[in-house]
Amino acid sequence: MSWYDNFLGVMKDNEVRLVSYVPDNVITPLLKGVTSDNYFMSVGATREDEAVGIVTGAWMGGVRGAVMMQTSGFAVIPNVLASLVVPSQVPAVLVVSERGALGEFNIGQVLVSRTMRPTLDAIAVTHHTLDNPDTMNFVVDRALKQAFATLSPVVFILSPLLTGGKVFKA
Amino acid sequence: MATKNDLASQPALKVMNRRDLSKRLVAKLKRDEAIIGGIGNTNFDLWAVGHRPQNFYMLGSMGITVPIALGVALAQPDRGVIAIEGDGSLLMSLGCLATIGMLQPRNLTIVVMDNGMYEITGRQKTATHATSDIVAIARGAGIENSVWARDEAHFDQLIDRRFDEGGPHLIAVKIDDEHATEQTPRDPALIRQRFMQGIGTGRKSALDG
Ligand SMILES: Cc1ncc(C[n+]2csc(CCOP(=O)(O)OP(=O)(O)O)c2C)c(N)n1
Repeated sequence: MSWYDNFLGVMKDNEVRLVSYVPDNVITPLLKGVTSDNYFMSVGATREDEAVGIVTGAWMGGVRGAVMMQTSGFAVIPNVLASLVVPSQVPAVLVVSERGALGEFNIGQVLVSRTMRPTLDAIAVTHHTLDNPDTMNFVVDRALKQAFATLSPVVFILSPLLTGGKVFKA
Repeated sequence: MATKNDLASQPALKVMNRRDLSKRLVAKLKRDEAIIGGIGNTNFDLWAVGHRPQNFYMLGSMGITVPIALGVALAQPDRGVIAIEGDGSLLMSLGCLATIGMLQPRNLTIVVMDNGMYEITGRQKTATHATSDIVAIARGAGIENSVWARDEAHFDQLIDRRFDEGGPHLIAVKIDDEHATEQTPRDPALIRQRFMQGIGTGRKSALDG
C-alpha cells in the first residue's frame, strides 16, 4: 500500500474523522483519499489557523480531527497553537508536508521551513518526522494514541523521503 | 443587498449595548445551545450576563471564534451553535464566512457586535466604522440569512427561533463603545473542560463520583 493509504488507515483506526485543510501538492493524495471515503468529513478552509479552529471545535464537540497543510501553512498557526490549542489542552492532529528541505528550489520555502521545528520545540509540542514507510504506521498509531490520552497536540511532518516531495524541473 | 450608502441611509439602525444584547440572547435559549464568545469584551460580557455550562470563552486566538463554532456545529449537527464575535476580530478572518457559505451548516448562527473599533486595545477604528458592511460581506460569502438588527425589538425577533435549523444565520448589531466590566476567569483548560461537560463530551472519570 502507498504511504498515504497507510496513513489514512491509521487515522481511521484511531477514529480521526474530520480533516480540515488548505491544499498542497504533496498532500493531494491524502486529500483525495479523504474526500472519496465517506468515513471522513473533509472541510476546505481558507487559512490554516481557521482549520485549526474548526478541528478544535470539532474535537470539543466529540469528533476527532486533523489539519493538513504545507510548511508555509504551518507558519500561519503558531498564534492559534500557543494561545488556544496548547493552553486549552486540545489534541489537534497536524499533518505538514515538508517543503524547504531536500531539493527545494524556492528560497522562501527554505526559510519558512526552518521556523517550524524550533517553534514547535519552543511551545513543547510533540512532532514526528515521517521518513520511513516501514515504521510510519507504528509511529503514527502510537503518537495518535498518546495525543488523545494526554490531551496534547501532535504534529506529523511528512518528509520528502516518504512522499517524494516536490522536485524542481529545470 | 446593503451597501455603504444603504447603511448610511439607515438611521433605523439603532446603536445598542453588548451586555444587554448578550443577556437577551442567553435568555432566549431553550435547548442547551453552545455559545462561543470571542476575544476580549465579547466573551467578558457573555460571562457577565451569567455563566452557563454550554459557554466557551475564547481567551486568545483573535479571529478564531467562528471557526471554533463551526467545528462544534459540524460535530454536533443537532445542537444549535452560536458564535459571538467583534467586528475587528471578524475582519481578521473573513475567509471563515466563505467556508460557512460553502458548507451551509444549518445549526450555526453568528452574532457580530459591531462597535466600529478595536475597543479593548485602545479604541482604534475598524473598517466597519465608515466603509465595510459586515452583512453585505456575509451575504457575498454565501450566508444569505444575514441581517442588521434595527433595534432591540428586532434583535429579539431575530433570535426568537430554533438555533438548530434553518441556518447559517448572521445577525449584525451596531453597539456602543462600552468596555466590559467583568473579566472571565483565565483558565483555558478548565473553560474547555467545563464546556465539554456542558455539551456532553467531557471525560467521564471516577473523580466525578
Ligand atoms: C493576532 C492578534 N492580533 C492582535 C491582537 C490584539 N487584540 C486583542 S483584542 C483586539 C481587538 C478586538 O477587536 P473587536 O473584536 O472588534 O472587539 P472589541 O475590542 O471592539 O470589543 C486586538 C487587536 C491579538 N490578541 N491577536
